[in-house]
Amino acid sequence: MFKPKEDRMAKVKSLADLRKMKENLQSKVHLREKADNPEALVQIKVGMGTSGIASGAKEVFNYLVDELEKRNIEAVVTQTGDMGYSYAEPTIEVTLPGKEPIVYGYVDVKKADEIIEKYVKLGEMVDGIIPANYRTIEENK
Amino acid sequence: MKEIAQHILDIANNSVRARATLIEISINEDIDNDNFVVTIKDNGEGIPEDKLEAVCDPFVTSRTTRKVGLGIPLLKLNAERTNGSFCIESEVGKGTVLKAVFKHKNVDRPVIGDIAGVITMLATTDPKIDVVYIHAKQSNEYIFDTREIKNELNDVLISNPQIMRFIKEMIEENLESINYTK
Repeated sequence: MFKPKEDRMAKVKSLADLRKMKENLQSKVHLREKADNPEALVQIKVGMGTSGIASGAKEVFNYLVDELEKRNIEAVVTQTGDMGYSYAEPTIEVTLPGKEPIVYGYVDVKKADEIIEKYVKLGEMVDGIIPANYRTIEENK
Repeated sequence: MKEIAQHILDIANNSVRARATLIEISINEDIDNDNFVVTIKDNGEGIPEDKLEAVCDPFVTSRTTRKVGLGIPLLKLNAERTNGSFCIESEVGKGTVLKAVFKHKNVDRPVIGDIAGVITMLATTDPKIDVVYIHAKQSNEYIFDTREIKNELNDVLISNPQIMRFIKEMIEENLESINYTK
């Protein structure tokens, strides 16, 4: 079972591998266009404040990244700080191209699946929206 | 927080909120002195001197002070629970340095957790924010720097899912190669 050290080292990914991968990706021309214009993509932000992290936002983040790719949906998933809805963590903000951002609360993996299938794919509303007129603590200052 | 990686994500988000453009995270596993040192340094707007004491006190820090919340007290508590220490230094306009020392062998030291995932997540938070992660164990060291990554990528987004997965695996494999403590 023991492998010589060089073998193990050889497997480690490096920046050179990244370059190769990038070239592969770049052959898909549309990707470059999209990179200049991220608004054309579905954008999802996952709230990663203290309360978000503690309530499992990272699992939701990983799920979204993996599933959107598997289901062939071009999207950018990023993390963001506390969105001010600590009572409803994990929270995610979904922005479809040309639409207003919508914030969903209490998002677990199951809810995330529903949001992808119904809202992202079909544009149908899904339960669990935090209305925009809810004020965050920040706004009440 | 069950993992050191979660603490790092949490604290680094303070830096994001403080409009930092560079976040430097380092973990130094100093086995000889039984220390597990986590340092997070940013070039954000900094914390005024009169507020610096308060950031460690969960009872003083009110929820309306959005710059800090429970994140720092939780990290401090976890570090001190292992017989370690915690300190924070900050200068308005320059940035903040936070250092948490855990005792490496202490049973209460949280596991490092999914550090590769967290660093990847931070790296893709905002194209304007760069992240450096240095993990040292004894004489071995791995340095991850988003500036190098972005240099390679040019016009391809760092938040591309395939790039993200690649970065995560690259960090994981490099950490394995320096035999980091999981």
